[in-house]
Order: sequence, then structure tokens, then C-alpha cells
Amino acid sequence: MDVSAQHDASSNGGNVGEIMQAIAEHKGCGTTGGSGKASCGSQAGQGDLPTEIWEKVKNHPCYSEEAHHHYARMHVAVAPACNIQCNYCNRKYDCANESRPGVVSEKLTPEQAAKKVLAVASTIPQMTVLGIAGPGDPLANPEKTFKTFELIYNTAPDIKLCLSTNGLMLPDHVDTIAKYNVDHVTITINMVDPEIGAKIYPWIFYKHKRYTGYEAAKILTDRQLQGLEMLTERGILCKVNSVMIPGINDQHLVEVNKAVKSRGAFLHNIMPLISAPEHGTVFGLNGQRGPSAQELKALQDSCEGEMNMMRHCRQCRADAVGLLGEDRSAEFTTEKIMAMEVKYDADTRKAYQEKVEEERIAKVAAKQEELAELAGKSSDIKVLAAVATKGSGLINEHFGHAKEFQVYELSTAGAKFVGHRRVDLYCQGGYGEEDSLETIIRAINDCHAVFVAKIGGCPKGDLVKAGIEPVDQYAHEFIEKSAIAWFKAYLDKVNSGEVEHVERGDAAIRQGALISAA
Amino acid sequence: MPFKIIASQCTSCSACEPECPNVAIREKGGTFVIDPKKCTECLGHFDEPQCVAVCPVDNTCVIDTSLPRYQAPA
Ligand code: SF4
Ligand code: SF4
Ligand code: SF4
Repeated sequence: MDVSAQHDASSNGGNVGEIMQAIAEHKGCGTTGGSGKASCGSQAGQGDLPTEIWEKVKNHPCYSEEAHHHYARMHVAVAPACNIQCNYCNRKYDCANESRPGVVSEKLTPEQAAKKVLAVASTIPQMTVLGIAGPGDPLANPEKTFKTFELIYNTAPDIKLCLSTNGLMLPDHVDTIAKYNVDHVTITINMVDPEIGAKIYPWIFYKHKRYTGYEAAKILTDRQLQGLEMLTERGILCKVNSVMIPGINDQHLVEVNKAVKSRGAFLHNIMPLISAPEHGTVFGLNGQRGPSAQELKALQDSCEGEMNMMRHCRQCRADAVGLLGEDRSAEFTTEKIMAMEVKYDADTRKAYQEKVEEERIAKVAAKQEELAELAGKSSDIKVLAAVATKGSGLINEHFGHAKEFQVYELSTAGAKFVGHRRVDLYCQGGYGEEDSLETIIRAINDCHAVFVAKIGGCPKGDLVKAGIEPVDQYAHEFIEKSAIAWFKAYLDKVNSGEVEHVERGDAAIRQGALISAA
Repeated sequence: MPFKIIASQCTSCSACEPECPNVAIREKGGTFVIDPKKCTECLGHFDEPQCVAVCPVDNTCVIDTSLPRYQAPA
């Protein structure tokens, strides 16, 4: 549980206006089929995606890298039971790896959950996606999960439904999933080799029996892959999540990537293991480490030739509400919702979402202009840049207020979104604290520059000392356009000998779920 | 020999509730409890006690040895 993020929920609380501005472009992540792929980070529109898939992903914050700046999702915690045990999960507490709140969190009945969804959708018009991800496994609680879907499907059919599962019971429920028009399913697949699986899963509960070791992992992987095949056969979009566990499945995830791609998975999201002793998980207690930022990126890169990689996953919690990376769940506690009069207004929502479409066109155009100029350059230099943003695709966050940085890879091919780094709040109440600044520098240590809307003199000096250039001249401008412009200037400086290009070191991945403990 | 749930360890995850063939398990005061009159240890239904097999916390569903019949006669 992440106490440092507590601040977020309350400071964002009630400030709907600010979030309402969060409208602009988005772009899709799509495979072109076969082994060619369209990168999540460089495609500015439908591109070569089939219209059918584009329609499904364009407003989905988890599937479309750009949509995630502008559209919101929410999760409801209606499914407490689980049927397997993972070594990175302690069921008592919030599980950072599986986007799962701990059992101490508020549990909802399907009726309460449906009301909460309608309340949120009416307050936050860009809320387009409802997910059920836990606290346990949604398909270990099929009645509660599908009752919730049924209620939403009947009252608010424009809301996309999605589901995250460990896959054990997936083959049994594929028809029901199709029936409620659930078009996005996420399966957590950490291995396709039971030998490796046995190191991740101590046991599963299947057909009235507890299985352990190799046998357990074998059943699990067979069921996961079968479920994946059945879903893709029916045209239901599937994302695969994998937790990267160094020394256990890190090399193996390339195999996993191939196995899921050949079965039609649309997106593969490799997430770093989050493990700290205080989480009380098996991995946390036995000192299993998570990967560094460089290790994670290297693995994502080696899989990317094969299919789309999702790099913007925040491992957000299963009862989160809001844009990825923020949590407004404190505004929507059961008590508050049950007291609310909820009127579902589909027209307002539609009008709002149309505005988003317009703005995104403007942003793409701005980027194209800069790109055209870059086209004349050729260089092998690739650098990373961190960006402080509140959304809308703009550099619009103060360095000291950023709770995460988005990371773009800049090269003569353009600006490509490659991930995000969460940081502890550096500035609380207006003054900076030295050690949090160090935390930030560690988190973005692999970047050459950090783009901010504003930054104080002190942190500026320290960043420069650490070799990271603070850039505030593009405040409130579009991220990609600005990053490309900066990169052009950087190349010019390197070419003229004014600066020497040096590689940067590795960065740390912050442990703990992005949540408010509210 | 009925089973009981050690309340202090129960995470209230509800996984055991639907698995019990005798509908002996229900939620009570935030955690789950087994009705000793209904529990048959799953005998005749399954090879292993279902609540034990599905519970994520080891040694939380256990034989209730505090019942009078397990106590030495006074
Ligand atoms: S599937 Fe999810 S809830 Fe179940 S043990 Fe694994 S991480 Fe925990
Ligand atoms: S042992 Fe079997 S019958 Fe007894 S409570 Fe557990 S599941 Fe029910
Ligand atoms: S399965 Fe175990 S932890 Fe979950 S409710 Fe039953 S006794 Fe409690």
C-alpha cells in the first residue's frame, strides 16, 4: 500500500474541471497482423489498423497509448476470491503486480458496483472503460463478475467492459464473456513452461482439488493458452500481462511473447515485478528482486519486433478510478455513491468525447510538422527524455508536483513513448525535500533531459549536476512536437561539437502500487 | 469432526463459501465461519476438504479440536 500517493486522491478530489480539460488526441497501438507491427508509440492515428480493431481500442486507456492520456477507466472490486496462489501476491494486502486491492479494501456487491460505475460515468465523461480485476480472480467469482457486467450492459451500453484474469477458469466462461460484449480481456501469463511456472505458482485449486508444483503449472498454462485461443477466435481483444521476475522468467518471456502472439494476443504488457519485504509475499520475503528500468526496457525491446508492447501500464489498483496514473476513488466511496442521485446522460458523454477527437487532430498535425524537418537529419543517436505531464499530451506539470514522468525515446525516427517512471512526490506544500529529489534523479537517471512546465532553481542545479538537462522552454506545448524540436537542437549541438554525446546509466523502478490508501 | 476457520487469519476472500458441498460456510461479522452442524469434512463429496484446499492462508481452515467431544472427560 502506497502512502505517498495518498496526497493524490485528495488533491485531485473535486477538481473535475481540471480533468475535463484532459481532452485531445489519441492514437492506437495495433498489430498489422503477421510479424510486422505498428509501434504503439509512433503511430498517430488509425494507420493500418483494421477499422474494427481501431474502433475498439481508440478510446481505451489501457490499449491505446495515446488514449491513456485522455480517457479514463475505472475498476470495481467485486471479486474477492482467487483460485491460484502466486508468489508475488499476498492476498491480505494490495497486490501491486496484479492491479489488485487487498481484501482490506472495500468490497462491493454487483448492485453497488453498477451504481458506482454510473455515478462515475456521469461525473467524469471521459470514463469509457469499466474493468473487473479483483481483488481475487474475476472468474473465480463468476456470478458476481457477470452480474455486474449484466447490470452495466443494460443501463450504459456505451461503456466498454473489460476483465483481467489469471486464466485458469477462462475456457469455461468464454461464451458468457462474449454474451455481455466484453471486448477486452487481460490474461496474466508469466510462463508457458511448467518448470518455470512451478517457481511462480505454489498451487492452484482446480476441479475440487489442490494441485502443486509442475502439475499445477501445467494445468494453468494449458488453460491460459486454450482460453486465449478461444477468445481470439471469437474476435475478443486479448491483452497479455507478464510479470518480469529476474532469474526466473526474464529470458523465458520472449518465449511467452511468441506463444501468445501466435494465438492472436493483441498486446503484450511486460511489467516489472514489484516486491518488497513489507508486502509479505513469498518473493518479497525471499529477497527476489525486481528488474531495473534498463533490464525491463531491453526485454520489452526484444519482444517488440514481434508484437505490440504496452509500455504505459501503471499497474494501477483494481478499484482505481480515473485516468491511468491517478486515482479518484476517494470521491466515490460506497457511502457517497449510495447517497447520490445518479442520472446517466449518454448525450453529454458523447458530446464531450467528440471534442476529444477534434483536439487530437491538432496535436498530430503539430507533431508532423516537426517530424518533417527532422527527416533531413541522420544520426544513430538515441536518447531518453522524461516529461512531466498531467495529460492531454501536453508538458503541463510542475517538476515538483509530478508523481510520475513519461519517458520518450528520441531518435531521428521521432519521439516514441517507451514508458513511465513513478516518483515520490517531491514537493509537498511548496518546498522541496532533498532525498525525494534524489529519488527522482534515480528514477529518470537514464534520461538526457526532463521536460517540465516549471521548475525551481535548486532542483534545476541538482539535475544539471546529475547530467540531466531540465527543459522548461516548452511549457504547455505538445510533448512530441517539443521533444522532437529539442532533439533536433541537441543533434545540432553534437554535430557542431558544442556538446559531447554520452550514454546515460540505468534507472530504478519505484516499488509499491500506484494507489491512494484511502 | 467439523472444521473451523481461524478468524484472525481469515482474509474474508470468500473463496471457501461456494466450494462447500454442504453450504456450511457463511460470512459473519466480517470473516467467514463454518457451521459445525453442517460440516462433514467433505466426506462422500470430495477427496480433500474444499475449504482447506482453496483457502489462500495456510492453516486457517482446521479441525476444531475445542469441541466438547475432543476434551478429556472431567
Ligand atoms: S491470481 Fe491474482 S489474486 Fe490470485 S494469487 Fe495470483 S496475484 Fe493474487
Ligand atoms: S470441510 Fe468441507 S464440508 Fe466442512 S466446511 Fe469445509 S468445505 Fe464445508
Ligand atoms: S478461503 Fe480462507 S481466507 Fe478466504 S474466506 Fe475462506 S477461510 Fe477466509
